[in-house]
Amino acid sequence: MTWGMRLLAGLLGLVVLAAPLRADDQVVASLSQTSVSLDTQFTGSELFIYGAIKPDPGHEDDKFDVIVEVIGPLKPVDVRKKQRNLGIWYNGPAVEIDKAPSFFALATSGEFRDIISYTDDLLFEIGLEHFIQLIDAPEWVEDRDEYIEALGRIREAEGLYAELPGAVEIKEKILLETRIKLPANLTEGDYTARIFVLRDKKVQDVYTQTIEVRRAGLGRFIYSAAQDYPAIYGIVSILVALIAGWLASAFFRTFFPT
Amino acid sequence: MNIYLPIAEVSVNAWVLLGLGGGVGFLSGIFGVGGGFLMTPLLIFIGIPPAVAVATEANQIVASSFSGVLSHWRRRTVDVKMGLVLLAGGLVGSAIGVRIFAALRELGQVDLLVALCYVVFLGAVGSLMFIESLNALRKVSRGGAARTRRKHTWVHGLPLRMKFTESKLYISAIPPFGIGMLVGTLAAIMGVGGGFIMVPAMIYLLGMAATVVVGTSLFQIMFVTGATTLMHAILNQTVDGVLAVILLVGGVVGTQIGVRVAPRLKAEQLRILLAVLVLAVCFKLGFDLVTTPDEFFALSNGGGH
Repeated sequence: MTWGMRLLAGLLGLVVLAAPLRADDQVVASLSQTSVSLDTQFTGSELFIYGAIKPDPGHEDDKFDVIVEVIGPLKPVDVRKKQRNLGIWYNGPAVEIDKAPSFFALATSGEFRDIISYTDDLLFEIGLEHFIQLIDAPEWVEDRDEYIEALGRIREAEGLYAELPGAVEIKEKILLETRIKLPANLTEGDYTARIFVLRDKKVQDVYTQTIEVRRAGLGRFIYSAAQDYPAIYGIVSILVALIAGWLASAFFRTFFPT
Repeated sequence: MNIYLPIAEVSVNAWVLLGLGGGVGFLSGIFGVGGGFLMTPLLIFIGIPPAVAVATEANQIVASSFSGVLSHWRRRTVDVKMGLVLLAGGLVGSAIGVRIFAALRELGQVDLLVALCYVVFLGAVGSLMFIESLNALRKVSRGGAARTRRKHTWVHGLPLRMKFTESKLYISAIPPFGIGMLVGTLAAIMGVGGGFIMVPAMIYLLGMAATVVVGTSLFQIMFVTGATTLMHAILNQTVDGVLAVILLVGGVVGTQIGVRVAPRLKAEQLRILLAVLVLAVCFKLGFDLVTTPDEFFALSNGGGH
């Protein structure tokens, strides 16, 4: 399913579910940045997300919960388990996970499971498990969940996956804010931020915003040159090396003769 | 000052890289070795992916060896004919090495291959160097100069004999070609120039005149690492331009300082230090291979098959 379809399904679900309750709570939100430039100075960044809930008349005093989710582009990833042979550890064969988000952050105003019903988690596809797809594990795999868990664990250690219960602050009952760390090892692509407002464990409204993460400046130039013109890139690399070697030799011969 | 490397896709401290380049360059200036065998593992230790470390280091060695060849050329200590035979073998070896590298990268085994090559070669060369310098030190302290005598070995009985004037040799072209090929293969797999293997082979196996050994090996290394860089760039896209420039700025400056400091240092004692350093890197890599890892799983980009 594409994002558009997902969103459409979500919105349809919202209408169907919400209509009988006549709940019309709304959320408006904004992000500190909607584009991130990965230039050579990029050492990570922090996304500041803030917004306000407009409660349905009659529900001004109800308690709202908020889920803020940021998801990076979905990509296939190979997971290998280390094996030992002759006393040496090495990578075993790969299990290809067909799709997994390159970045995933889930900030919530409380424990995720306490603030949303299973039905709505399923309907709006919010939790990480909805985005990790392992269609066909090879036959030799005894425990496929082991590989999926490893993916989550490693990406969490790299700062790419984060579940942050309690990280969304709700002030004055209707103002929400949260901060999400973007690490230095971000992947290029379109990221999606979704902000859900919940009441009684049910999603009331969702705000969606795309964040463009792109390589920029010198880094972008070098990366695309290496990908698109590998031969020229290689030759230029060698020329740069030769010039540097010659310059150093000439410089020192002139100023510090042996 | 952290800098984001566009191909390696990691952020590292630029001063650490400059320091590494300078330090390894300094050592290579003193000992006349390329220093790749130290730089590549050090890059891997600081978190550069092995595939990028190997390809980018090959590019850096082009700079340092060219700088070296220039000064040897002026002193006429390059045997071009011998260099070309070594080079012919080197290019064949490099093409083989890059293909082995690409195939194992596909299988997810590059880390293992690189680590194993390092443990074997660093272990062997480090131990030999350590023993030799100990012996030399003992001889020096006894007052006698260390002398080597050329022996007539099986190498001299092979066909296709050629005359190498500057090397003072009339031998078959097969052994130099073979040595060049082995070194070229290693250059591509390990991201090294291979001087640490070629120089001893030229002295002990071929019996070349000592004056032209270093210049000739640098001559071969420059072209082979150039070819390796190009092939890695084309086949694997793993040459990181930003990383290469930082390393080679540090490297070329360090080398030139090393060359100027070397005559004032006690070479034999330094050689022991170098041997210890080589063995330390070897043990660290070997240790990582045999200890039970903290994380039993590894990730790599999928969709490759």
